[in-house]
Amino acid sequence: MENAVISCRGLKKYYPDVKAVDGLDLSVAANECFGLLGPNGAGKTTTIEILEGLTIPDGGDVEILGMTWRSHERDLRERIGISLQETQLHEKLTVYETVRLFRSFYRAGPDPESVMHDLSLDEKRDSRVGKLSGGQKQRLAVACALVGDPDILFLDEPTTGLDPQSRLQLWEVVARFRKKGGTVLLTTHNMEEAERLCDHIAIVDHGHLIALGTPKELIAKLEAPNIIEFTSEPPLPPEAILALPACHGCSPHGNAWQLRVDSLAEAVPQLIDLVEKHGAKLVSLSTHAATLEDLFVSLTGRELRDV
Amino acid sequence: MSKGVRPAIVELTSARTKEFIRETEAIFWVFGFPLILALALGFAFREKAPDRIPVGVVSGPEAPQRLAALQKSPVLAPRIVSEAEGRDALRHGRVSLLIDGGDAVIYRFDPTRPDSRTARQEADDALQTAAGRRNVIVAREEFVHEQGARYIDFLIPGLLGMNLMGTGMWGMGFTIANARMKKLLKRLVATPMRKSQYLIAQFLSRLIFLTLEVIVLVAFGWIVFGVRVNGSLTLLAVLCLVGGYAFSGLGLLTASRARTLEGVSGLMNLIMMPMWLCSGVFFSYERFPDKVKPLIRALPLTMLNDALRAVINDAAPLTRVAPQIALLAVWGLATFAIGLKIFRWQ
Repeated sequence: MENAVISCRGLKKYYPDVKAVDGLDLSVAANECFGLLGPNGAGKTTTIEILEGLTIPDGGDVEILGMTWRSHERDLRERIGISLQETQLHEKLTVYETVRLFRSFYRAGPDPESVMHDLSLDEKRDSRVGKLSGGQKQRLAVACALVGDPDILFLDEPTTGLDPQSRLQLWEVVARFRKKGGTVLLTTHNMEEAERLCDHIAIVDHGHLIALGTPKELIAKLEAPNIIEFTSEPPLPPEAILALPACHGCSPHGNAWQLRVDSLAEAVPQLIDLVEKHGAKLVSLSTHAATLEDLFVSLTGRELRDV
Repeated sequence: MSKGVRPAIVELTSARTKEFIRETEAIFWVFGFPLILALALGFAFREKAPDRIPVGVVSGPEAPQRLAALQKSPVLAPRIVSEAEGRDALRHGRVSLLIDGGDAVIYRFDPTRPDSRTARQEADDALQTAAGRRNVIVAREEFVHEQGARYIDFLIPGLLGMNLMGTGMWGMGFTIANARMKKLLKRLVATPMRKSQYLIAQFLSRLIFLTLEVIVLVAFGWIVFGVRVNGSLTLLAVLCLVGGYAFSGLGLLTASRARTLEGVSGLMNLIMMPMWLCSGVFFSYERFPDKVKPLIRALPLTMLNDALRAVINDAAPLTRVAPQIALLAVWGLATFAIGLKIFRWQ
């Protein structure tokens, strides 16, 4: 891509027991929000840390803002902001002292006070880091990433473990950063987050790219925008479900079956007929519009959260 | 630079310093513990009239006269015991010497115990004198209680050295291993911060506390025990600085790879233990066999303790401690360089 600010080609990182990243190509355009989506252990963190210049890949090329880590490390460090997965900042320092410390590493950037204000940390200015809530700590981590006025923000699982309100607050911070022209690369295993925030999403699993596109394009890939979830007593055999004319695919979900269908109006009556024909009884039935979660299940046969 | 933000080296040093001040327990180990140790040992070995040496006389026909003769010695505390009781007391060290009460004079004692040998000498003198021996030479005694020769005079410089080692190594090692474990180091190297600045800041912050530590301990020794610094205070300051620097380097090296606090603690103890024991903190290393002395003298704590004692007790000039200062500087330089080279940032 011509205007890519982050690009990598053939990225590889092998550990003794696992191929964490196995031939990954990515390209992120200026000012977009790009999401790396996948279950735990998919290689998201390894990928983002290679792009951040913190992990050296075993193979492949990385270019950030037209520069490489090998030749321009210090210039790049001035221009990117990073929030790692689970960093514990100095517990005994206050919020202000922490932001000021990080500000001192950069040649240019906003005042610590204004960054704290942007992240709603003014009230906690003089609180010790050790006394902050999870959401406040995460906002402080992002404050430390923004304090050098970066062009690119890397966020590794920024909202994992946060309550809904803290999550919303962080989403707003990301939106504001982009309004000022910033580019964001984030990893998440939260589908809603990816759909809400990201212009492009790369779904990775076992170090491979398994799907890439806008959230809409990805959901369209399912060729079936609706999902029916049902349980019956006794359960139906999968062959019988797949034989339904309206069904594009099915997969188990706990002890229920999930069917991907085009039209609920066609599929629901067919399913009810099928249940009766097998002399079974419908125990539960629900429907929803397909999400990225469903795409992941259809691509891998597994669920995002509990892999 | 934007408002209120100072250069990175200042911010890093101030962050490390605040972190330490706000850690109450650390304050105790750095300042309180050595003072308590000095106090306890100082009082345990304080000056007093030498104890009389307990001596047993086995009951028998000659026992009362021998007891009377021995009682005239200012050094001995004799008493009459039964044979069995006496042998038991000797074995357990309740008496240092056992003298027969029969016709023959027999001294029973363990010749490897210095006080037993003294007791034998004294008892023999007392008995011979009582039996009519005349001294051929008349000697006069002069007692010496020179400041600088007491145990506490020996101890305070040793404690100073030990403290410089402990706080230097723990101050660097523990902080670094902890920051690595919490991924703070990784977060820091993800910024444009210069890595050397981080390590220098750790050392600068140590200097602040090192100065306080030294002042507190030296002042304490001076005020409570009258341990005076006979040499130059400037030279003492230089020594403490170089010593603190050498041990900070050793601490950095120790912590340069460790991934866990347990790992770094084990290594620290492994390195410090031989120095606690051999480098003359609590007793002189002159007691060790000659063969191992060169090895002991090569340890940084030995060099530091020797130099500290030379300056504090003997008022040694720079020329006498220059070799130690130079070697300690080399220790610090080498350990810093190697530590930085093999340092694991994440």
